[in-house]
Amino acid sequence: MSILKAYAEVAGEDVIDHLQQLTRQMGGTRVVHVNSTRTGGGVAEILNKMVPLMRELGIDTDWEVITGDPDFFQCTKSFHNALQGDAIDIPRHLLDSFERINQEHAAELGKSLGDADIVFIHDPQPAPLLKYIPERKGKWIWRCHIDLSRPYRPVWKYLRGFLEGYDASIFSLPDFAQTLPHPLYLIPPSIDPLSEKNVEMAQDEVVETCARFGIDCNRSIVTQISRYDRFKDPVGVIRAYRMTKKFKPDLQLVLAGGSATDDPEGEQVLQEVRDAAGDDRDIFILMLPSDAHRTINALQRASDVIMQKSLKEGFGLTVTEGLWKGKPVIGGNTGGITLQVIDGHTGFLVDTPEGAALRLRYLLERRELKEEMGVKAREFVREYFLLTRQLRGYLTVMVALLHDIGGRIYAGEERVGSSGIMI
Amino acid sequence: MINVNEENNNFSLFPNKKKRYNDYINEIERFTGVTDMTEEHQEHSPPEGELPNNGHRFRIKDCALAALSTGKSAQNLRELREILTTITPDSIYYHFWGALLRPRFDDPLYHNDFAIWSRYGLKDSVLAERLSIIDPADYPDLEDLRAELIEIIEERLDQVEVAPWARTNRQFFFIRSQLVAFDTHHLIHEPRDLADVVPKMSVGSIFLHVIDARRRTENRVDDFQTWIRDCYTGYEDLCRELSVLDPFFSGLSQIRGQLSAIFQSYFRR
Repeated sequence: MSILKAYAEVAGEDVIDHLQQLTRQMGGTRVVHVNSTRTGGGVAEILNKMVPLMRELGIDTDWEVITGDPDFFQCTKSFHNALQGDAIDIPRHLLDSFERINQEHAAELGKSLGDADIVFIHDPQPAPLLKYIPERKGKWIWRCHIDLSRPYRPVWKYLRGFLEGYDASIFSLPDFAQTLPHPLYLIPPSIDPLSEKNVEMAQDEVVETCARFGIDCNRSIVTQISRYDRFKDPVGVIRAYRMTKKFKPDLQLVLAGGSATDDPEGEQVLQEVRDAAGDDRDIFILMLPSDAHRTINALQRASDVIMQKSLKEGFGLTVTEGLWKGKPVIGGNTGGITLQVIDGHTGFLVDTPEGAALRLRYLLERRELKEEMGVKAREFVREYFLLTRQLRGYLTVMVALLHDIGGRIYAGEERVGSSGIMI
Repeated sequence: MINVNEENNNFSLFPNKKKRYNDYINEIERFTGVTDMTEEHQEHSPPEGELPNNGHRFRIKDCALAALSTGKSAQNLRELREILTTITPDSIYYHFWGALLRPRFDDPLYHNDFAIWSRYGLKDSVLAERLSIIDPADYPDLEDLRAELIEIIEERLDQVEVAPWARTNRQFFFIRSQLVAFDTHHLIHEPRDLADVVPKMSVGSIFLHVIDARRRTENRVDDFQTWIRDCYTGYEDLCRELSVLDPFFSGLSQIRGQLSAIFQSYFRR
């Protein structure tokens, strides 16, 4: 089956038709994406699907990956943490490595990127490429996937120097955007409905997966999928579970997360979670490898309710994943969760473990409302948070940049004057 | 169809049957949903009795709305007022009209972003109610709408002792929009076809021809009515039904459903 047909079956024919219409406005545009890894991580996961989808739409699309030495990746890892608020001063020799690697890749990719009509540079790793490819004919867009709301200023100031020459930036949320001298587009992240983590799954596999961990699919299940981090408030989730358990004795709690080798606090938080769980045999604390996508898929599908009781959150794609499986989500009233959990429609927003417990009891008691909410949740994601919607956002930005950057663009026609002529 | 304002050479989209259409045909096709009925399409001419005044087909367009950060945000009502005085009109457009293209569910009380923030960010339900009653289609342009917003906020600031504040993570982010419209190359030949075509339209087309049209056209009506009223006679009842459709309490898919029901019911009679 063609990729477009596969997505049309999930997202709807009209959505694919809309993408095709937008693509027609781009003529023979050549697009290149650049990031720093082909596998692993959210960006590579999305590009692995988006690039073939763009090609099938008829857009001449390439994907280039830059690689580096350990110093380069140590530097970019430090960027990642500093841009999300950690006060990290990066030694000069690491910055030198960062610039040198980019310079080398610019020499190698210069022709391809210089000739492209649109270049998407994903995250900070390849950001300096623009500086080293001065003879470029197309529009360059910096796509920032990380939370830049409170960056460590010295590191941001250094990086900003490489970003000012771009034609546009794309951020995930308005809160994440930093001032730059070009248009700052806002496109929320998305999930891929055809990935292992989200694809439809037979009930047998769901039951089998749960059985592997001793989880009983015939009893109520509430699940939080996230790493063991205080901002995800796993201990608060256990408290909410205990308050609910008094009224719903058959309830089971699943806390599933990856190992946190790059997080010095991870082990400590995990121990706190184990201590809080005590010897309760209905609490399942799972450590899953980073590629356990089908397991996560099955656990989410087996759940009655998904919890994401974060105290601080970027976008929270685990929320989107839960909603996509038709499950109401009880989410912390923070960050991107508030865009996805529409209180009383797709789940509930809460500020305390007590609030979470109350909503959990309500959903387990009012099963028919839980089902209704689940249906709405899935439709909500279908309309707004699938990969096809993110691609629509990218296509819109590309058409806008190729035609004009005014408030209104009529693609396919000569530029409309700024004197108020409308469509 | 298109009236040319000779003083400033702007176009506005309201019907003026006295104007000679032919002089402006290219501009019409670019900016409206109405297109010329050329000879090769004469076989689609409407039946006797409902001949269009000038024989024009409806060209279906589509759009996508890009959201852009303005870099400005308000933490309290006074800041909101200050920023509103200078913010680009594209931002006012986005916070009133763009909501329909964004994730949302019915909120019977508050259907513009300023009212929603007043209620849930500032917890000021009095202000929220006053802001929510604003119908943006009542104002000739976005500057008038801006003036009304500021007026209501200033009145509220006069009434309260301390300007209400929002929590740190509940600021109002001013976002502006960029609307990208394009031709789908699909044509509607006569009003009767609306019953079959509208249910298949994308939500972008519905936004452009129904929601955006109310801001863009002088009569503040959807493009379907503009087309029908200007090109045909005998559809007064249909136009009346379309006029009473209130788009602010539904999502775009629901609006598409309501319109489809109106057209299907009318043309089945």
